[in-house]
Amino acid sequence: MAQLTCKDVSLGYEGHVILSGLNFSVSAGNYLCIVGENGSGKSTLMKTILGLQKPLGGSITFGDGLQNNEIGYLPQQTQVQKDFPATVWEIVLSGCQARAGRRPYYNKEEKALARENMDKMNVSQFARRCYRELSGGQQQRVLLARALCATRKLLLLDEPVTGLDPKVTLEMYQLIEQLNREDRVTVIMISHDIVSAVKYASHILHIGHEVFFGPTQDYLQSALARRFLTVEGGDQNA
Amino acid sequence: MLDQLRMYLGFPFVQYALIVGVLIALCSSLLGVTLVLKRFSFIGDGLSHVAFGAMAIAGIMHINSEMLFVLPATVLCAILLLRTGQNTRIKGDAAIAMISVGSLAVGYMLLNLFPKSSNVSSDVCTSLFGSTSILTLSLTEVWLCVGLSIAVVAIFLLFYNKIFAVTFDEDFSHSTGTRVEAYNLLIAVVIAVIIVLAMNLVGSLLISALIIFPAMSAMRLFRSFKGVTICSAVLSVSCAVIGILISILAGTPVGSTIVAADIVAFLLFSVLARLGVGARKA
Repeated sequence: MAQLTCKDVSLGYEGHVILSGLNFSVSAGNYLCIVGENGSGKSTLMKTILGLQKPLGGSITFGDGLQNNEIGYLPQQTQVQKDFPATVWEIVLSGCQARAGRRPYYNKEEKALARENMDKMNVSQFARRCYRELSGGQQQRVLLARALCATRKLLLLDEPVTGLDPKVTLEMYQLIEQLNREDRVTVIMISHDIVSAVKYASHILHIGHEVFFGPTQDYLQSALARRFLTVEGGDQNA
Repeated sequence: MLDQLRMYLGFPFVQYALIVGVLIALCSSLLGVTLVLKRFSFIGDGLSHVAFGAMAIAGIMHINSEMLFVLPATVLCAILLLRTGQNTRIKGDAAIAMISVGSLAVGYMLLNLFPKSSNVSSDVCTSLFGSTSILTLSLTEVWLCVGLSIAVVAIFLLFYNKIFAVTFDEDFSHSTGTRVEAYNLLIAVVIAVIIVLAMNLVGSLLISALIIFPAMSAMRLFRSFKGVTICSAVLSVSCAVIGILISILAGTPVGSTIVAADIVAFLLFSVLARLGVGARKA
C-alpha cells in the first residue's frame, strides 16, 4: 500500500486552477522528485500535500501507517528566519512539537531524539550557536535535523539546495540519499536541478502542460524529458 | 534625595504604581520578540488606537471601570484584525489602518462631544500619553492588573515552546499537526490584553514602545530565544522601575519617562553590540 496517494487532484488558488487531473502515489522507500517549469504548481502541490491548503478537487490520502502529522518538512528559508534569535538546539528541538502534543515542555526522550538527529546531520558542534550565524549549508542541515525529529517515514523537501555552492550542494544530495537508502526514509523533493533529480530519484513527477509520473528510467526515455533536459540541463552547464 | 524617595515610597498610590508598573512591563516584554518577528507589530499599534476609541466610548457611557468595556472591545478587534490580515497582506494592512485611525478619530470626536471634564485636551492627553493615571489607580484596578498579568505570564510559560515553534516557522508547525491558527489567535488575544493593561501605564500612543524596545535591545546582545526573552523581561522591568522613580522625583510624565529609559537602554545595548560584547553568548 502506498504512503501517499493523490487521486485526480486539482490545484490552484481561490478557484483559479493551475493543474488538474493529477494522479500519483508514493510508496515507502521511494525517492520522488517533482520537477517542472516555474509557475507549474510545484510549490502549490507541496503545500496541498502538507495540508496548508485544500485541493480544489480530488483527494490526497495517507496510508501504510503514515499519519498526516508524520511528515518531516524542509521549507524554503523565510525572511523571518534570517534575523531570528534562536540557537540550533532550540530549533532542532522544536521538531518534536507534535510528539510533545499538549504537554508544554519537551521530555528526556524528545531531547535525546533531537541530540541523535543533530549528530546524524553533523550539526552537534553548533548546538549553542545562533542559527542566523551559520552558513547556508549548515542551516539546511539544521532544518533537516528538525524535520527528522518530526518523522522517520516521509521527508518533504522544498528546493533544498537553492543558494548553496556546488560542493555543499553535492554534500546535501549525498546526505539525503543516505537517509533514503540507509534509514529507508521516503523522500519527496521539489527540485529545479533536473540533472541531479534524474541522477538521485527513483521516481519523477513532471508537472506543467504535459504531466509525467513514473520511474526515472521511463522518464529518461520520454520525449518530455529529452526536451526538458536539453533546455534546463543546457542552462546549467553553460 | 533618598529621604525624599523613602517618603514617596510610603504612600500607597506610589506602591500601587510600582507593583502595576513592574507587572505590566514584564507582560509587555514577553511577547515582544514574537510580535517583532512575526511582523505583528502593526497589529499592536493598530490595537492601541482601538483601545483609545473604546476608552472614549466607555467614558460617555459612564461605565465605572473602563477596563471592563475596553478589554473585550480590544480583544474582539484583535481577532478581527488577525482574520483580515491573514487573507491578503496588502488588504490586511489597509484594514488595520482603517480600523486604527478610524477609532482614533471617533474617539477624539466623542471626547469633544461629551466632555467628561471642562478640560478636554487634558483628558485626551491622558489617554494618549498616560500622564498621571498610573498614580491614581483604585485598589480594584490594581487587583485586575495583577490578575491579568498572572494570566498572561502563565499562558506564556505554558505555551512557551509552541509560541517559539509557531513564531519561527508557521508552515513547519502546521505540517506536524500543530494548530497554528489557534496559537495565532491566542497570541493576538494576549497582545490585546497586554495593550489594555499597558494603557494605564504609558497611554495608548506609547504602548508599542513598551512592547518593542526591550525585545529589540535584547536581540542586539543575545543569540537564543530563551536568552532574548529573559533579557527583555529583566530590561523592561528595570526600565519601568527606573522610569517610575525618576518621574516621581522629577515630576515628569510617567509613560514617556519609562519609554525614555527604554530608549537609553536600547542605545546602550547597541553600543555594547558594536563593541562585540555577547557575540559568543548563546
